[in-house]
Amino acid sequence: MNTDTGTLAIDAAASKPPNAPSPTETTREKMSATKTSYQLDHLQYLETEAIHIMREVAAEFERPCLMFSGGKDSICLLRLAEKAFRPSDIPMPFLNVDTGHHFPELNEFRDRRANELGGKLIVRKVEDAIAKGIAVPTPGEISRNRLQIPTLLAAIEEFQFDCAIGGARRDEEKARAKERFFSFRDSFGQWDPKNQRPEIWNLYNARVNPGEHMRVFPLSNWTEMDVWQYIKREKLEVPSIYFSHKRKCVRRNGQWLPVSDLLPLKPNDEIKELVVRVRTIGDIISTGMVESPADDVDDIIAEIAAARVTERGSRADDKSSEAAMEDRKKQGYF
Amino acid sequence: MPHSAHTIEILRFNTCGSVDDGKSTLIGRLLYDSKNLMEDQIEALERSADITGGGQINLANLTDGLRAEREQGITIDVAYRYFATPKRKFIVADTPGHVQYTRNMVTGASTANLSIVLIDARQGVIEQTRRHTYIAALLGIPHLVIAVNKMDLVDWSEERFLEIREDIESFLPKLDVFRDVKFIPLSALNGDNVVEPSKNTPWFGGPTLLNHLETVHIASDWNLNAFRFPVQWVNRPNNPTDPTLHDFRGLSGQIAGGIVKKGQQVLVLPSGLKSTIKDIWTYNGVLEEAFSPQSVTLCLEHDIDVSRGDMIVALDSLPGMNSDLHARICWMNIRPLQQGKKYLLKHTTQTVQCVVTSIESKINISTFDAEPQPRELAVNDIGVIRLKTARPLVFDGYHANRLTGSFILIEQGTNQTVGAGMLMPPTETVKIDDADFAI
Repeated sequence: MNTDTGTLAIDAAASKPPNAPSPTETTREKMSATKTSYQLDHLQYLETEAIHIMREVAAEFERPCLMFSGGKDSICLLRLAEKAFRPSDIPMPFLNVDTGHHFPELNEFRDRRANELGGKLIVRKVEDAIAKGIAVPTPGEISRNRLQIPTLLAAIEEFQFDCAIGGARRDEEKARAKERFFSFRDSFGQWDPKNQRPEIWNLYNARVNPGEHMRVFPLSNWTEMDVWQYIKREKLEVPSIYFSHKRKCVRRNGQWLPVSDLLPLKPNDEIKELVVRVRTIGDIISTGMVESPADDVDDIIAEIAAARVTERGSRADDKSSEAAMEDRKKQGYF
Repeated sequence: MPHSAHTIEILRFNTCGSVDDGKSTLIGRLLYDSKNLMEDQIEALERSADITGGGQINLANLTDGLRAEREQGITIDVAYRYFATPKRKFIVADTPGHVQYTRNMVTGASTANLSIVLIDARQGVIEQTRRHTYIAALLGIPHLVIAVNKMDLVDWSEERFLEIREDIESFLPKLDVFRDVKFIPLSALNGDNVVEPSKNTPWFGGPTLLNHLETVHIASDWNLNAFRFPVQWVNRPNNPTDPTLHDFRGLSGQIAGGIVKKGQQVLVLPSGLKSTIKDIWTYNGVLEEAFSPQSVTLCLEHDIDVSRGDMIVALDSLPGMNSDLHARICWMNIRPLQQGKKYLLKHTTQTVQCVVTSIESKINISTFDAEPQPRELAVNDIGVIRLKTARPLVFDGYHANRLTGSFILIEQGTNQTVGAGMLMPPTETVKIDDADFAI
C-alpha cells in the first residue's frame, strides 16, 4: 500500500504547522496515478493469497503433505496447488484418513483425481488404526469421527510430516474463526487456542521443532459461496453426490440420513426416497442430505445464495454441544 | 440477498475499542441487519440467550467464539468474520480492546484496508482510543472510521458527538497517514446508523456504517508504483512431460509492489545482476503484464543464479539494501526486547539472523511522545530500534510498501513470533553499476 511521505507523520508532528488542515471528512489523494484496471476481484484476491501460502509451505517445510478427501474444499486446494507449482510436479503427497464410513462416490473420486494429477496418495484407515490399538473406540461408539484424530496423528508420525495443508475455512464454525493460516500443533498434535502465534501481514512463521507440526489452511478466508464460485470459474469436477439425485433416506434428529449398510435401522424408522444432495460431506452415517433439485454448479450457487441455514447445520457431529468443534480441534481434529 | 453470486471487491477491516465499547455487538448487528445470519446461527443465539442472557439475545455471542471468552465475557483473540452485500465482500478482524492485547490488534490490523475505532459516547475519547488510533496509523491503514457508539445513552446529543469529534481531530494531525477519516454516530445495540439510517440523528448527514464500508474507495490501496518481486520458490520441473519445458526455470512468487511487463529490464538483488523478463508464466497461460498482488512465475532471459529470498525489482525505482536497519517495532512477547539480543528475522521470503544494536526510544502511545533510550521494550510496547542482520535486506519504507517494509522477529528455540517490525525509509537506495547484462 502506498503513501510514502518519508516518515510516519508521528515523528514529523512537531514540524507541522499548528493550524494544518485536519484530514477529517476529506479524501486526500496521496498517491500518484492508479489505474483501476489493475484490480483483482474477490476470487482472484483469495486465489493469490492461497497460492502464496502453498508456496511458503513448499519452501519452508521439509516434509509437507496435502490433505485431500475428494470434498469440494480440498478439490479447490488441488487446483491451487496446480496453480502454485506447475509446470513442476506438486511437491508433496496427498493424505486422506479413511474412516471406513465414507461415501463410496467420494473415495472413487479421490483416487481418480489424485491419479490424474500424478500425485502420490496416502490413505490411512481408521479400521487399521483400531486393529493396531492406535484408535480405541468407546464401547457402543458407532461414529468414526473422533477416531480420525489418532489415525491422522499416527500417519503424520509415520511419514514424519512437518506440515499438513487442509481445506478448513474460518466461516465454517466459530472456533475455526480464530485459527491462523499457519496453525501450530505441539508434539501431541494439539491446538492451543489461547497461545497462538500472532500472524502479521503475509509473514508466516513456519518454524517447528522435531515432532511438532503445522496445519496450514490456505482457504481460511474463503466462504462456502467463494468455494462454489471458484469451482464454477475453474470448471472443476466434483463428486456426483453434491448434485441432486434420488436416494433412500431415514429421518433422525431432524435430518435425513442416507440409508446404508453402516446405519442400523430401527423398527419404527421412517424411510423415504427423496431427491437430495449433500452440502457438506462427513461420514455416511452422520451427513444430513438436503432436499434439492440442484443438478449443476449454477443451481448450487443459487441455492446457497438463498440458503437459510449454514453449511454445518447439516452435520450431526457439530451439534452435540456449542463447544463441540473447539473440543475436537484441541485434540488434533482437522 | 445475503450472499452475492457475482464477483466483486473485498474490503478488509478491523474493529477496535475498549472492553464493553460494543465491538462484538456491532459486528453482530452488521451481520444481523444485512441478513448475513442463517437460521441455525440465530437458533444457537437464542439457545445461548436462554442459558446465559436471561432470554435476551446477545449479538456479541456471534463473534465471541471460544468458550473461555464466553465465560469471561471478553474477546481474547483475533476472530475473523465474513459477510457480503450485493456491493462488496467483507473480511472482518474482530480485535480485542483489553489493554494488554495490543499484539492482537496489530495482528488484525496488519492486513486491513480500514479500521473502525469504537468510542462509548458516554466516556468519550479515552487512553485506549488514542492507542487504537495510533496503532491504525502505525500500521499504515489508509481508511479510518470513528464509530461513536451508545449514542442512545447520551440522548442522541449532537453536541456530545461534535465534542468527541473535536477531541479526535485535535490529535489526528499528529497521525497524518490516513487517506480518509469518517465519524459516524450510532447505536450497535439498537441498530441506528449501522445498516439502516437512524431517525434519532436528523442532524447527521453522513452515510450509515455499512453504506460507508460499501463505497469507500479502496482500489488504490495496493502499491502499483514500484515493481517488487520477492522470489518465493524456484520452479524447475524434474521430469517435464512437455519437451518444451525441458529447460524451464521459473521464479515463483507474489508481486509485492508495482507492475511487471514482458520484455522489461529488471535487477536481481542482492546480487545486482540485470536481466530481462522473458515470460510471465501462470497456470492459465503467459501474461503480457502482471501487477501486485498477483502470484506468477517469472522466467528471465539470462540463466543467472537466483534463489528464494532474492528480490527482483524495476530499474526505475530502486529499493534500499542494507544490513543495518532502522525500524519501529511492536513487541509481543513476555520476555522483553533488549539490546544485544539475537533473533531470527523474517522479511518477505527470507529469514536471517539479527541482533538488536540499540533501542532508540519507546513510544508513549497515549501521548505519542517518544521516551529516549529505554532499558527494554516489554510486551505490547512500541518503540524504535536498530538492528543488524547477517545478510542485507532489500526493502522499502513501510509506509511506501507494507509488504517489503515489514518484518517479524522470531525467538530461537521457542519459535514464537515475538515482534512486528516496520522499516523506516532507506537513507539511500541501491546504486546500479553500468555493467552490462549478466551472461
